[in-house]
Amino acid sequence: MNFQNARIATALGFILAAVAFGFLPLLWLGYTNGFSGFDAYLPRVVSFTLKQAFLSTLLSLAIALPAALALARHEFPGRDALLKLFSVPLALPAIVAILGILGVYGNNGALGGIVPVYGLSGILLAHVFFNMPLASRLMLTRLEAVPAESFRLAAQLGFTNADVFRLIEWPQLGPAITGIASLIFLLCTASFAVVLILGGGPQATTLEVAIYQSLRLDFDPARASILSLAQLMTCGVLVVIAGQFAREVQVFPRTLARVKRFHAQSITTKLCDFTAIALATLIVLPPLINVIATGITKIQFDASLLRATLTSLTIGTCAASISLVLGWALTGTAAKHRNRTLRAAITLACLAALIMPPAVLATGWFVALSPIADVNHYAMLLVIILNSLMALPFVWSPLYPAIIETSQRHDRLCASLGLSGFARWHLIDLPTLRKPLALAFLMAVIVSLGDLSAISLFGSDNLVTLPALIMKQMGHYRMDAAGGSAMVLTAFCFVLITLAQAWSRQHDQS
Amino acid sequence: MISLEAVKFRYEAMLMNFDLHVASGEFMGVIGPSGAGKSTLLSLIAGFEQPLSGHLKIAGIDMEGAAPDQRPVSMIFQDNNSFAHLDVWTNVALGISPRLKLNEQQRSRIDSALDRVGLGLYKSRKPTEISGGEKQRIAIARALVRDKPILLLDEPFTALGPALRREMLDLILEIQKEKNLTILMVSHQPEDARYAATKIAFVESGRITHALSTKAFFADGAPKEIKDYLA
Repeated sequence: MNFQNARIATALGFILAAVAFGFLPLLWLGYTNGFSGFDAYLPRVVSFTLKQAFLSTLLSLAIALPAALALARHEFPGRDALLKLFSVPLALPAIVAILGILGVYGNNGALGGIVPVYGLSGILLAHVFFNMPLASRLMLTRLEAVPAESFRLAAQLGFTNADVFRLIEWPQLGPAITGIASLIFLLCTASFAVVLILGGGPQATTLEVAIYQSLRLDFDPARASILSLAQLMTCGVLVVIAGQFAREVQVFPRTLARVKRFHAQSITTKLCDFTAIALATLIVLPPLINVIATGITKIQFDASLLRATLTSLTIGTCAASISLVLGWALTGTAAKHRNRTLRAAITLACLAALIMPPAVLATGWFVALSPIADVNHYAMLLVIILNSLMALPFVWSPLYPAIIETSQRHDRLCASLGLSGFARWHLIDLPTLRKPLALAFLMAVIVSLGDLSAISLFGSDNLVTLPALIMKQMGHYRMDAAGGSAMVLTAFCFVLITLAQAWSRQHDQS
Repeated sequence: MISLEAVKFRYEAMLMNFDLHVASGEFMGVIGPSGAGKSTLLSLIAGFEQPLSGHLKIAGIDMEGAAPDQRPVSMIFQDNNSFAHLDVWTNVALGISPRLKLNEQQRSRIDSALDRVGLGLYKSRKPTEISGGEKQRIAIARALVRDKPILLLDEPFTALGPALRREMLDLILEIQKEKNLTILMVSHQPEDARYAATKIAFVESGRITHALSTKAFFADGAPKEIKDYLA
């Protein structure tokens, strides 16, 4: 028991220290400067941040809802492939997707000129690309939780599509949509890479990017701290709101099985459904094709690419390991104790990086460390720690429910057999949790591999990850080289996903 | 063998207070409405729950503060009696050593226990690959190798059909005779208790209101609340 208490104290202490080092210096700096950054700039940035998040959420949901309803209604060849396609943007590093979007909608792209790719429209395009498939998959999961009997009954009672929507589908979706909406809103509020690259100027800047600019380009930590406090308050409020609906949303995608419908569909419905699915597909598919088609032939295995790959893998593995150890220790304790306050504290600690976006934490660390040490010297370590905190929500999400479940199933039996400590860990916990652990580790590596915020804030010429290299190549207008590097990064992400899927399936069968 | 004196326990708004004496070698059925506290009674004896006050003795020794694995008790639950990822043999072996450090003699004890409950051919199967009745046999085999004088059964056969339930009860009765076990069995099927138990405790609203011989329990002259429950 003492060992466990020490473990949990260490894990909580680590996160608390990381957050405190991020938060307190900002407060202090803001206070000593009399919060002087409150000029016309701040309200403008805040309002743009909220505006783009609101529009992104609205658009994503508006396209996702009809697509999800249509996907739930119909069985057709290629449906499974389409659902797999919809899970791709989630796993795709932001920088890669942005490159694909620029390739399609940019000046020289196949669909160039349809919408301006820089500014608000570009940001919305990218955010819809990421979040619309996420939303439709989450909605579909809810729709497929409807028991088969409901649709038999609907067929027996002669429900129309409108009746089915009103009496079956909407009651199922309604409570989940608020959760999905607040999740997307939160993700868009803290969005960094998309706004940094597609924002295209001070007209379209969010808090997260403004913090980076004042810290790295203007060397103005005082302003950065004011912006950070504003971002902290915005995200804090959003997380509290989103937390109300957290139960409704499972962030992690899962394989979907369709419930059979007995209802005959009219030609009009079929046409509308086809349009809805086609529209969603047209948003997701072209940027992906562009990334692969232009990237695959352009990979240049020069020294900078190899070095960036190595750096990315090192940082990814270290960050994911730290994240997994922290997440496992914390969720394990939360599952063991019925104390609600402790459980809430642990959940909050795991989601710290959502409330405290990376730019805020980084600004605080920068302010705290720069008087006493050369930040560049510790850049790698800081990126690893920041990435591990950023990955923690993604570790928590598959692990927490799994740990609660195993503990409910096994605790009494283990207690009566005297199974505890290491024996329990390696005989019971490790084998039963293998799958969620693998998924958690994988998500953590992918988050870290795709990260652009931590590396932008702490990176230098000596510390370049793959996303940072792609940014650099894009900055020098070496789009071919950037495409090649993006292809390498994408390949790593998909090898990891395929491995984990195959692995967890193997364990399902055994 | 088992004695509870004014053992108090609170579950949410319900305050329970148990007094019970079970003689050595007794097979006692525990019957009563849902939510009356039957499973809680077993959990208190097994040590999964700690009483607020009162004395709980097993074989004359006060069990206060004793962990579940330190008590001379084996328990079979309604489900989740086995670890789905471990094979049948290993699930039984955990009854002897949680660390699976076994000598030759212990290994053969496990084998014979499995043969005894009719799982001899299923040693290397996973619990997911055998039937519901066979899963409960794993738990019985484990109780055999653990060789504790008390066996607690918490609706272990509820999910099984009548013929299979009878078969499992016969197996339990055989083992009881052989090892002189003291048994407490919670059941929602009064006919099971009538078949196997020598005595029956009636639990209502957190108290044991009656402990009668099986014959008296099912007789015409039984107390009204028992007749109401059975009706």
